[in-house]
Amino acid sequence: MFYLLSTVILVFSVMTITTPKVLRSAVYLLFVLIATAGLYFLLNYEFLAAVQITLYAGGIVVLIIFSILLTSHISHKLARPAPWKLWSAAISLIVGIPLVLWIILNHTFQQSANEVPVDMKLIGTQLLGTGKNGYVLPFELISILLLASMIVAIVIAKKDKEDKQHN
Amino acid sequence: MILEIYSFSSLTEAIDTALNNSMAPWLATLTELVIIGIVFLSFYALLGLFLVYLERKVCAVMQNRIGPNRVGKWGLLQTIADLIKLLMKELIPIKNADQFLFNLAPYIVIAASFMAMAALPFAKGLQAIDLNVGLFYIMAVSSLGVVGILIAGWSSNSKYSLVGAMRSGAQIISYELSVGLSLLSIVIFTGSLQLSDIVASQADGWWIFKGHIPAFFAFVIYLVAGTAEINRGPFDLAEAESELTAGFHTEYSGIKFAFFFLAEYINMFIVAAVAATVFFGGWMPLHIGNWQGFNAVMDYIPSIIWFFGKTFFIIYLIMWFKWTFPRLRIDQLLTLEWKYLLPLNLINTVIIAFIVLMGWYF
Repeated sequence: MFYLLSTVILVFSVMTITTPKVLRSAVYLLFVLIATAGLYFLLNYEFLAAVQITLYAGGIVVLIIFSILLTSHISHKLARPAPWKLWSAAISLIVGIPLVLWIILNHTFQQSANEVPVDMKLIGTQLLGTGKNGYVLPFELISILLLASMIVAIVIAKKDKEDKQHN
Repeated sequence: MILEIYSFSSLTEAIDTALNNSMAPWLATLTELVIIGIVFLSFYALLGLFLVYLERKVCAVMQNRIGPNRVGKWGLLQTIADLIKLLMKELIPIKNADQFLFNLAPYIVIAASFMAMAALPFAKGLQAIDLNVGLFYIMAVSSLGVVGILIAGWSSNSKYSLVGAMRSGAQIISYELSVGLSLLSIVIFTGSLQLSDIVASQADGWWIFKGHIPAFFAFVIYLVAGTAEINRGPFDLAEAESELTAGFHTEYSGIKFAFFFLAEYINMFIVAAVAATVFFGGWMPLHIGNWQGFNAVMDYIPSIIWFFGKTFFIIYLIMWFKWTFPRLRIDQLLTLEWKYLLPLNLINTVIIAFIVLMGWYF
């Protein structure tokens, strides 16, 4: 099952970046993300799998598709990238793969103590805990960041009333 | 307990042990998966046929007509005849469409509703998979359906389809928030996302009664948002016949059109089934606190009848909506969600959290 999912992830990852049609690329990305959720299910970590599906597959991919729908036409095709971009990508690939393999093979992984599905209540209290390993501070910081970026987006998108009057 | 008589767990366990004794564990698991798949497929098809028939009959009653009455007794075979007609129709290929995505879209919509169905508890001991994040899982996978709709609209290369898909996307994404929040308010009561726990917590009364007025309020919001989520009237802007021909599935023909149609009805069933499970106790019979005699009498009705009774009652409510209210405009639709439902829902959730903290519920 693991090999099946990994094959799906690998094949569709390659297809995502090689297809010349932008919406197909988004759909292949969707398949990659769903297969990743499948890996989490395989690990018995159902909460993370459901989060993966809601956030990435249901949220981010839908937003990407939405923006493609608004901006691009069906006959539109992406141009091939410039040669120097291809070459630099190839070089970083050749350097990157041995580096990542070396790190993974040399790292000793500690087996997790609990193999049973993680309790939802534990996740909840940990997420909003203020003690050791509590995540309430990062949680609030991210909320402020999101709020700020949302306000910026609205300010940019808002039509200026005075401008309208001049026209 | 009498409830045990109607439990399906003895049947499913018997099948499980029989399979495990006769073959290797991995083969037994595979066989079980195949059996469950076949059961769900046939259930899906039969349910789709029946719901379409029901819709036509309910619509006819609302409009003072008789409805289908020629094919079979009371017109019961009408939808089967329709299905045969759809199967034999020509699939018209679209010249300038993106063929791969055009053909893929119906399957994404169907697969999303299938995945959601897997976690529903149909009766005592009759549930394909009992995830510990069951309710969250159903919400997550049912949000995948919108991808299929968006792709269908875009790849058809037609402006009716594109406008329909855009409307549908905006609508589903906005109303998902309200659906999630209203379900969350009941999760606050139960303290668990596992569907079997949610059903078990209603053994002494359903949440719609136990949760006072806020629970009823959450149910009303869920019903409105759920109806919008499945693109049904009065929120059927995505396929408004008078302005968009048929919205995102204008260019589809034959059995591919039928897939969209079927998925829409199954999604209605899922919305109703989730409402029945969360607010009306799922397969749990009507129990009132400590009235032992009354509870025992209610237990004699099998749990599967309770579940389908409640679900079809809610389906009837949704159909009633559709044939009673006029269609909303897109700006009215978004105003309703963002300016009324969402703030009210947030306030309602806070009130429920307060009630739970103070222990003011039964």
